[in-house]
Formats: sequence, structure tokens, C-alpha cells
Amino acid sequence: MTFLTLLNREIRAYFLSPVAWIVLFFFLLLTGFNFYAGVAALNRGPSEVTVVEAFFNTVFFWFGFVLVFPLITMRLFSEEYKMGTIEPLMTAPVRDSQVVLAKYCGALFFYIVLWLPSLLYFLVFTWVTSLQAAGAAGPFIGAYAMLLLIGMFYLSVGCLASALTRNQIVAAVMSFSAITLLFFLGLLTFFILNITPALREMTAYFSALEHMSEASRGFFDTRPVVFYLSLTAFVLFLTFHVFQSRRWRS
Amino acid sequence: MIKVEGLTKKYAGMTAIKDLDFTVEKGEIVGFLGPNGAGKSTTMRILSCFLPATSGRASVAGFDVATQSREVRSRVGYMPENVALYPEMRVQEYLEYRASLKGIRGRTNRQRVNAVKELCSLRDVESKLIGALSKGYRQRVGLADALLHDPDLLILDEPTIGLDPNQIRQVRQLIKDLGKRHTILLSTHILPEVEMTCSRVLIINRGRIAASDTPENLAARVRTAGGVRAEIRAEPSALEKALPAVAGVRKTEIEALEDGWCACTLRTDAEHDPREAVARLASERKWPLRELGREQVNLERVFAEITQAGEH
Repeated sequence: MTFLTLLNREIRAYFLSPVAWIVLFFFLLLTGFNFYAGVAALNRGPSEVTVVEAFFNTVFFWFGFVLVFPLITMRLFSEEYKMGTIEPLMTAPVRDSQVVLAKYCGALFFYIVLWLPSLLYFLVFTWVTSLQAAGAAGPFIGAYAMLLLIGMFYLSVGCLASALTRNQIVAAVMSFSAITLLFFLGLLTFFILNITPALREMTAYFSALEHMSEASRGFFDTRPVVFYLSLTAFVLFLTFHVFQSRRWRS
Repeated sequence: MIKVEGLTKKYAGMTAIKDLDFTVEKGEIVGFLGPNGAGKSTTMRILSCFLPATSGRASVAGFDVATQSREVRSRVGYMPENVALYPEMRVQEYLEYRASLKGIRGRTNRQRVNAVKELCSLRDVESKLIGALSKGYRQRVGLADALLHDPDLLILDEPTIGLDPNQIRQVRQLIKDLGKRHTILLSTHILPEVEMTCSRVLIINRGRIAASDTPENLAARVRTAGGVRAEIRAEPSALEKALPAVAGVRKTEIEALEDGWCACTLRTDAEHDPREAVARLASERKWPLRELGREQVNLERVFAEITQAGEH
């Protein structure tokens, strides 16, 4: 019950702040434009990709995608530290773990809300073109499942960054750097010379870019599922300990 | 209700409190007094489980603050020095949230929120955004929050800071009333506040307890070593010679006023009252005397004397 009270407050905090609405607005704009670009590319002639694949594998998608996590998570802990509201919060009979989980789940909720409108795009596409949007349910489900999995992991990274500092900007910079690196890990290897194929394969295993491109083709692989779920759990565990350490650092 | 043994808190490179020992019994209103940086807030934060102690033990209602922290927290109403609130919430909403966080749900939630709103006169602002409230109202929201779960122990860190005189009077009265049912530990700079509200005073200085007694006893302690004030028209040099000769006078201070008047302060032993002797002296020498009386002793003096004693 305490958890639900905390979660309720976290979710409300998002929608009571102007930042959330600004993020929602621009994210919609960006994904809308991205969708338009995808459809325009398909319009140029016969293509091997489906609209889902086109949507989830463009530069516009990547930029909006990596940028959104620091914006969602930077305030989670930093704001409470800075404003001092951490004091009334932690002198109420709540567990540290409940606070960490509630904040994480609140962020996840907002992240899901952020993506809900994009479902409409594909509905509209089907309606206008009377073509099956994805050709099949596979790529569709795969892409959104991957979106959720990657999102879960990156949100936990953002949580960790926010728990580390009382400065929101610092939290945002830290999580943005970490997330960008993780997301483009697969691309990075193209810029490094004399890389062995084995190393290239290994980085691809960590690369969200590759996971996304495979999932949006309807290719189901359990490895990224395990990868993201276990990393999320691990990073949340770290966040919990960092959050607890504030008592000893003071 | 509170038991503190050998409590020590060190911040990086600095000791905030050192080997603190004290107890507070159920039903007491204890004033925690001390200069800035004496360790009042640190002690209160440890008791409310916000900070861990470096060493030593503290318990509230029999529960250890370090190992049984959630039991302690559910029995303590804590109002921090700087009341931090979520500015985007409304007063009503915030209090409901806090009550629910403290495990008060359903119909009792409404009842308790209404009760504390009444107690802290928050009815008028219940639907206002907290961010738009004045300091005084925020302070009251903080107090209302501390009272929500009807705690056994109230820890109030400078509850009247930033309030106007009217509100200060109201809050003091409120604290007095609350003291009938709750144990209260409050810290303050303002000495009359302690004299008016508290049944016992703990003076803390440089991380140690410097004194613990009732306000009356503490005042008496200074009064016994207290002084007499006289205003006499005479040559300061003549006074300087004559006054120390009065029985029981240990120390005299003479300050020249306008028109040849002198203000004399005499420090005496506990058992002597030199007023009669001073009056006789003045009439023998034909010195006009326009004022003679005991110095007004208040905690201000006690405080100054006790906290400055160790500063050399």
C-alpha cells in the first residue's frame, strides 16, 4: 500500500510539472515527423522494409529515443535532494526499496504513456493505405516489446544517475552519456580500425541498435530479453544501494 | 520516551555532537536550546531516523533508531528546520498523501487530515498550491504533517522560525496544548519561548549537554549568583571605592550616565542581599538614589553564562 501511495505521487508529479508536457509535445512532434519520413521513404519505390522497420530504425528515432531518458529520470532523486523533500519523505515510515521502486515505476509509466500515441500512427497507416501496417503482427509486437525492454534498462540507468547527485543537470549529463554509449555501441566499432570480427560481434551483442533492427523485422531472440531484464535488475539494485549510502555520505 | 546514550555524530572533518547523554520522559515538553551549530538539528535528525549516528545509541519509545527505524518513524512526528514541501501539490492533497504514507487510509485519512487542518488553522488555504503559500503557512503545513499520525513523540526543529508575532503566539499555545497529550522535544533560539512552553530545558553547546533543568531552576541558578542594579548620582571614583566595601559584593560595574548619574551593577554571593546596605550607604553619603532593584533574570542570562563559560 505504501508503494502505491508513493507511485501515485510519482505519477502525479510528472503530470503536474510543465516539463512532462513539453517532453510529451516535442516527442510527439519528433515521432510524428519520423513516421512521416518513414512513409515518405517507402513512397519512393519498392522497398524491402516494412513501415515498422522504417519507423524504428531512423536517425530521428534514435535521437528522440536516447534524449528522452535523461529528461524523464533526471528529477527523480536529484529534485528531492535539492529541495530537501527527501527529509520528510525518509522520516515517514517507508522502506528505501519502496521509494526506489516507486520512482522507477513512475518513470516507466510515463515512458509508456510517451509511446502510446505512436500506436495510432500504425492504425492510421492501415486505415489510409488499407495495407496491413507491419505485414504481420511479429515485427509490430517485437518492436514494441524491444522498446519496452530497452526503455526499462535505460530508465534504470537514469535512476542511478539521479540517485548519485543533487544536481539535475549533472544527472542528465551522466545518464545521457551512458545511454548514448550503450545505444550506439554497435555503430562505434565501425569507427575503430583494426577491430577483430570477434570483438565486433561482441559489441553487437550489447548494441541496442542491433537489437532494435532485429526485433522490428519480427526476429525474436531471447538473448536481449534476458540481457535487458537482468541488467535492469542489477542497475536498480545499485540504485538502491546508492540511495541508502546517502545516510553514510552525509 | 527518548533515551540517548553516548551519541556522537561526526561529519567529514567535524564533530557535530559528542558523547551526548540525556533522557526525556513521557509527557514532558523539553526545550532544546543552543547557539547555531551546537548540534541541535543533528540530534533531532538522528532521533527522527534521518541521519545515522557515528557511535552511541538512541531509542524512542523503546525502539532503537538505527535498527528499528520504521517502528520509530511511525511513532515520531518530525518537523524539520526548513520545511520542504512539494510546491506543485495542494495543501489538502499533500496532507492526504502524507497521511496515507504514514499508514492512515480510508475514512480515518479524511478525519485526521480535517483534524490537523483545524488544529493548525489551514482551512482557508486547503485548496491552494503549496508553492503559493507564505512561509508562515508552509511552516504550519509542516506542523500539520508532523501531527497527522497522532505521534507519541513530536520533534519540532525551530517551529516558530519565520512566523509573525501573532502566529508565534498561536503556535506556542498550540504546542502547550499538544503537550497535554504528546511528549515534545523542540529546539529554539528564542528563550522566552522555552520559558513559556517547556517543562524542562536542555542546553546544548559545542555538541555537549551543558545544562539540564527546569526553566525556573536554571533562572534561579543565575539569580543566586545574580546582581543588584542601582542608579546613584555621585562621582564614579567615589562609588568605585565605596561599593566594593558593601558586605557580600564580589564585583562591581559602574557606568556613567547623563547628568552625573551612574548605573552600578553589583554581583554578590548567593546568601547576601546588598540592597539595604546600598540604600544606607547612599543616604549616609547624601548621594541621590533613583533606582535600586534586583536584576531581571531570564534564561537569556543563563544561556549566555552557560554557553560562554567554556569559550576561553
